[in-house]
Amino acid sequence: MAIREIDTSLLRDAIASMAVEINHTLPADVERALIDAKSREVSPQGLQVLDELIENAGIAKEGVFPLCQDTGFAVVFLEVGQDVHFVGANLKEAIEEGIRKGYKEGYLRKSICHPFTRKNTSDNTPAVIHTEIVPGDKVKLTLVAKGGGSENMSRVTMLAPSDGWEGVKRFVVKRAEEAGSNPCPPIIVGVGIGGTFEKAALLAKKSLLRNVGEPSADPEVARMEQELFEAINALGVGPQGLGGRITALGVLVEMMPCHIASLPVAVNIQCHSARHKSVVI
Amino acid sequence: MLKQEDGKWLLSAPVADEDVMQLKAGERVFISGKIYTGRDAAHKRLIEALNRGEASPFDLQGQIIYYVGPSPTKPGQAIGACGPTTSYRMDAYAPLLIEKGLKVMIGKGMRAQTVKDAMTKHKAAYLAATGGAGALLAKAVKEARVIAYDDLGPEAIRELVVENLPAIVINDVFGADLYEMGVKAYRLAV
Repeated sequence: MAIREIDTSLLRDAIASMAVEINHTLPADVERALIDAKSREVSPQGLQVLDELIENAGIAKEGVFPLCQDTGFAVVFLEVGQDVHFVGANLKEAIEEGIRKGYKEGYLRKSICHPFTRKNTSDNTPAVIHTEIVPGDKVKLTLVAKGGGSENMSRVTMLAPSDGWEGVKRFVVKRAEEAGSNPCPPIIVGVGIGGTFEKAALLAKKSLLRNVGEPSADPEVARMEQELFEAINALGVGPQGLGGRITALGVLVEMMPCHIASLPVAVNIQCHSARHKSVVI
Repeated sequence: MLKQEDGKWLLSAPVADEDVMQLKAGERVFISGKIYTGRDAAHKRLIEALNRGEASPFDLQGQIIYYVGPSPTKPGQAIGACGPTTSYRMDAYAPLLIEKGLKVMIGKGMRAQTVKDAMTKHKAAYLAATGGAGALLAKAVKEARVIAYDDLGPEAIRELVVENLPAIVINDVFGADLYEMGVKAYRLAV
């Protein structure tokens, strides 16, 4: 297979335009899930919130105001074909240049700061970049604008194998319950089961790239998603935590084998403003 | 000031004890007039200034604080997206501000018992605006200007002029908590 050269400026430009686009356009699956939720919500306060969120998405689509003032931490997933050779600027630099450009020109909030001095880096960099080498000669580039409020409600735990599915379920449902009104429900719950400590968290984050309302292709995992979805929506938290049936718009689970000693579980909470998009170059 | 018009509660600063006493958990309220923004870094700096005996950059008496860090303002607009941020991060600072006369906080998410106690003791209320409705809420903001801590960027303290900013009372002076009431009313037996 011939080597394909890709200039990193293509990635820079794609990131810059995606940053602006995702912050103004709610993914179609999420907007649909909000509309569908209206038929299942029984609380008047909850219905009012769902209406406001649908109206908010309409206003943001006009391109003047972003969906949310928290325009997120830029999390980038790169799936790089092994026959790709990058030319031009350093890959990381190109991606971060795209973020700088998109966040500046798009009037998006710069939300990244030093952990202790809290001094803002002023350009929304650095980005968190996850790279995977895959077969082929293409690059799949995904940008997630991850809000801080929902990220704060996320957790990883290392259960004992004896805790089993019931232990996993208890942990995930309790997380949604304790998060309550904080992460802007209705939420999307990303769950990673298995792997190692860091892999479980990454699986949970990656699950959030899937479409809400489309169950896992693995029937065993799809059953888990349904069971968690029902249990979380029985909590009564409801839209914005004001009480109601719609606490979660969806539960997305990714699972892989783990060590014989472990049962890692991660819950990555996503708010209803689930901003992400992928392009293939 | 609090008044009822066509069945709607309309609130504006300065807010008096009697006004707060009428705000019951679950009531929808529309806020107009001047309010102040402040989130994590501004609260930290404000409290440090107060603890040094310095004056607040704005008079806290009877005021309304909105926990928000807006996105940058586009030319021709009053403000960027400006929905509420999660309030618990201001719990460490809120009781002192309430003691100094702050009457209304607008944010989203649960408050600590220490904040609820301060609200009961000094007559203050906690309201929520819809989290993630930053574009919709921006429509209620007519003017915005930074009045303190400009170097904090999105976290600087701004004076906003708002018109019918929608919010809902979460914690009232009588100790009621709408989040607890909501879960109680809609929780299903599993």
